[in-house]
Amino acid sequence: MEKYTTLSSAGGEQQEPKTEKTENQRHITLPLTEELARTLHAGDTVYLTGTVYTSRDAGHKRMCETLARGEELPFDPKDATIYYVGPSPAKPGQVIGSAGPTTSGRMDAYAPAMMRVGARGMIGKGARLPEVVEAMKKYGGVYFGAIGGAGALLAKCIKEAELIAYEDLGAEALRRLYVEEMPLVVIIDSEGNNLYETGRTAYLKQRANQ
Amino acid sequence: MREIQAEMITDVVKRLCIKANEQLPEDVKCAIRDCRACEDWTIAQDVLDRIIENYEIADENEVPICQDTGMACVFLEIGQDVHIANGDLREAVDEGVRRGYREGYLRKSVVKDPVRRGNTEDNTPAMLYTEIVPGEQIKVTVGPKGFGSENMSAIRMFKPSAGLQGIKNFILETVETAGPNPCPPMVVGVGIGGTFDKAALLAKKALLRPLDSRNPDPFYARLEEEMLERINCLGIGPQGFGGRTTALGLNIETMPTHIAGMPCAINISCHVTRHMTEVI
Repeated sequence: MEKYTTLSSAGGEQQEPKTEKTENQRHITLPLTEELARTLHAGDTVYLTGTVYTSRDAGHKRMCETLARGEELPFDPKDATIYYVGPSPAKPGQVIGSAGPTTSGRMDAYAPAMMRVGARGMIGKGARLPEVVEAMKKYGGVYFGAIGGAGALLAKCIKEAELIAYEDLGAEALRRLYVEEMPLVVIIDSEGNNLYETGRTAYLKQRANQ
Repeated sequence: MREIQAEMITDVVKRLCIKANEQLPEDVKCAIRDCRACEDWTIAQDVLDRIIENYEIADENEVPICQDTGMACVFLEIGQDVHIANGDLREAVDEGVRRGYREGYLRKSVVKDPVRRGNTEDNTPAMLYTEIVPGEQIKVTVGPKGFGSENMSAIRMFKPSAGLQGIKNFILETVETAGPNPCPPMVVGVGIGGTFDKAALLAKKALLRPLDSRNPDPFYARLEEEMLERINCLGIGPQGFGGRTTALGLNIETMPTHIAGMPCAINISCHVTRHMTEVI
């Protein structure tokens, strides 16, 4: 048997797919309190309504430098949700341009520091490091996945957008967005369950049984 | 000898930057729909439905399919009997990118320096690839390339003894490592042969070939089919949530290489694999 098949099936033996049975649809209104966050499970489909803040690489770097100096962030991080996105510019008459998620792993260096000051929700796509998952378990964080590459569709859920800081960073500036029924999937929950592992394992198991 | 005004190249590049970012090529749309029809995992079906809805919205509303409107990769096949008049070719292309990204409300995603950063504010410079070919036309292709997938690409200088098995393992390993990061379902471009840099260029060009075409060499055509099938057995699925559809297509391009080597480059792209061509 080749290495890669082994890799996938080995994953299948390690962990029983937990999300299969608990998967459900939730309509969530922000802010994301710890109590609410702890009720969300990997694999849940979530329709999110409320205020989220946009930030990616350069914005996170700057926010963490601000925190290191003991200064305040441009927004109140308590129970906040951060959307990892650098939108395209709005055309005349539009609230925002296309606005899908960017790869979250590039924010792994900063995410634990953000959760330490109260930020709880993260919206992005792609794998996270174990230290981020540990911080999520500790502080009650949730990692939501938006569909990468679906920027035109996701922009339709964004009803208001306001630039609040770091204007010089262009697409990477900090924005406050009001989103309505934004379609997301919980990828990693506050217990550390990870849809990237359980979803794939469950699929491969079903395929093997066919 | 045919004279082509530099300004005309600027116009074409501008138009192609906008169109390529708003309209997915038919072969990619078709591959997504075909994969949706074959997908039997619920969450994967949902994701593919939304991906289809997304490219339809982009098409109808003339907005970018994805907010990462990429680095503008511009491929020029310049006929050797063409004279470019009244302007510098490099500047003509960059001006086209500048206008396209401004007038098309596309995101400016280029930094001046790889280490010291700093946005160039107009998405220039273009990644320009020129080739001199027979004839008196210029074929212009713009393929905006996002970096969620570009970052998951890889290159390896194999010993010839690694053989076909080495290449196969490398392809699967690269896709496995990429996992959910490059916005699967992905498109995989493979370049084998040449030198270090030529292999990478072949991999990039492989992404421009229609997904419903096969390598003209039956040996590589079979390899394309086999590797696509095996990638779609990995279970990564759309967005990495599990499912059959991990890749929409896999194209291989090759060229001769040195007796001592077997370079192999893999350029990963996403379900928004964009490119648009015009002939001047």
